[in-house]
Amino acid sequence: MAFEAPKESFSGVVYPVTIGKDVQETFGGENTLPFHKFEGEVPNRPLIALEIQDVAPEDWPETVRRVYADVSDDPVKWAQYCQDELKARAIALRLIGTHPDNKDLSADDAVKVVKDVLGAVKVPLIILGSNHVEKDSEVLPKVAEAAKGYNCIIGKAQEANYKTIAAAAMANEHKLIAMSELDINLSKQLNILLTQMGFDKEKIITDPMCSALGYGLEYTYSVMERIRLAALAQNDEVMQPPMLGDVGMYVWKIKETQAGEDILPEWGSLEERAILWEAMTASSLMLSGAELIIMRHPRAVELVEKFVDELM
Amino acid sequence: MLIIGEKLSIIAKRVREAMAKRDKGPIQEIAKRQYEAGAGMIDANIGPAEDGGEELMEWMVTTIQEAVPLPVCLDTTNYAAIEAGLKVHNNDYGLPMINSTSNDPERFPMLELAAKYNCLIIGLTVGKGGLPADEEERAAIAAEIMARAMEYGVPLENLYLDPLVLQIATTQEQAIKVIRAVEMFQQLNEPPMKTVVGLSNISNGCPKNVRPILNKYYFLMLERVGLTAAIADPVEMKEAFEEKELFEKVLNGEEIEDKELMRVMKKTIDVIEGKTLYAHSYLEM
Repeated sequence: MAFEAPKESFSGVVYPVTIGKDVQETFGGENTLPFHKFEGEVPNRPLIALEIQDVAPEDWPETVRRVYADVSDDPVKWAQYCQDELKARAIALRLIGTHPDNKDLSADDAVKVVKDVLGAVKVPLIILGSNHVEKDSEVLPKVAEAAKGYNCIIGKAQEANYKTIAAAAMANEHKLIAMSELDINLSKQLNILLTQMGFDKEKIITDPMCSALGYGLEYTYSVMERIRLAALAQNDEVMQPPMLGDVGMYVWKIKETQAGEDILPEWGSLEERAILWEAMTASSLMLSGAELIIMRHPRAVELVEKFVDELM
Repeated sequence: MLIIGEKLSIIAKRVREAMAKRDKGPIQEIAKRQYEAGAGMIDANIGPAEDGGEELMEWMVTTIQEAVPLPVCLDTTNYAAIEAGLKVHNNDYGLPMINSTSNDPERFPMLELAAKYNCLIIGLTVGKGGLPADEEERAAIAAEIMARAMEYGVPLENLYLDPLVLQIATTQEQAIKVIRAVEMFQQLNEPPMKTVVGLSNISNGCPKNVRPILNKYYFLMLERVGLTAAIADPVEMKEAFEEKELFEKVLNGEEIEDKELMRVMKKTIDVIEGKTLYAHSYLEM
């Protein structure tokens, strides 16, 4: 008798999330573990968004900064470059310039950037604040309003500021990133709080907080795995949103993506190493369940897309 | 079931202040309230008590026993303070208990005291390193503590094995493992080994309104697998016993009349058994 591989099936399903207006992208929607097409339905490919900023990326390491050297002084040009030249399927605009320790740009400054970028590209936009609790609750409601009708993702709502940000996302019909700090129980708690205020749980994207390979990736990996198992095996409705891996910002601030061959010759080519580092971090998180990934280097994205091709 | 009243702990501000001032009033009032709610022993947690621990424990034991006819559970890491407490303890009310020894060599001297004064002793199933991962690890440590107890001349019927209850809010998967450990410990000897838990730690870090619910139902789940003793809030445990019959029904999948109570019980059972993920608002879902 021929061998038949045992199949595991689950009662839960991850919510599919569709974003964008003229060009739309959908991620999530699977009823099985990541890429387990042999056990269930995996209707959508994970979505990789290229990250841009409202201000020039002065703190990005040279390896990734030079890719955007000609466009990164202007978020519109930068966004167009990602869409037209690099064929990005989505763009993540981080309003880092609004952070009080950065340029402390105002909510109105942010609104202008968001409107300009929305007017210049057709691919879906993810709008991220600066992760400053107070400033985000000032900036994100305004940009959410400015982006009404574009079906964006707004983020990130945290326990300390979720009310204002979620209310704005709800009123302006956007999706919402709910971030908690590497704690599965707090992640569930935040999703409960959001649903209790009337936010549709099918419009949430869970961010369990990312970390780079070598810097606690295993914690993120494990929390993501457990969230996904709660969604599928326990059919836990509040744990069924798709998950985000905000990879780029964590990878491009570590030693491995910055130390040159002159300092660490035994580590080999900096460029190759840094790109691989981002690709490895991203693909690992996809394996633990992330369906939405934010990345910086286009060659790292290419590698990950190739990896997904083989698994899909 | 022996309920060891947990309320006389240095962690509570009122108790700490009364201890510092040697003010008998609050100590005796709290001891009496626990006695009236059904406590069979009173825990006196004086913390590490590095300075003046002996005199403080003496004072605690006599103050408590002046107010209630119960034995005292002497709760400190200070060896000399334990001995001082044992010396003044009135054994007419029952044998005192030492809280605690473990598999950490620094705690072995407590076994010496338990043998010398013929008293009860808690054996916390942790070693020198990290926390036990599961019930098997706990049982292995328990066996070592039992061997050590015999070596020191402590009769096994005086040893209460404690599997170490952990917080459900951060280590949910441990809740069910502790229940299994209580089952396993009993099989380590004939007659079965006695067991004890520091119950309220299960709900440490949980919202105020959730704590008694988790405490009570976790207690009932431990009780039905044969737990001998619990360091707990006797008022909560009294309520738990009142709800026991209903809880058993819900646990067996039967319907009870009070649907809201049934919902709360079911959700709590699911969280304890790890069938749903814990969140602070798990009851509201």
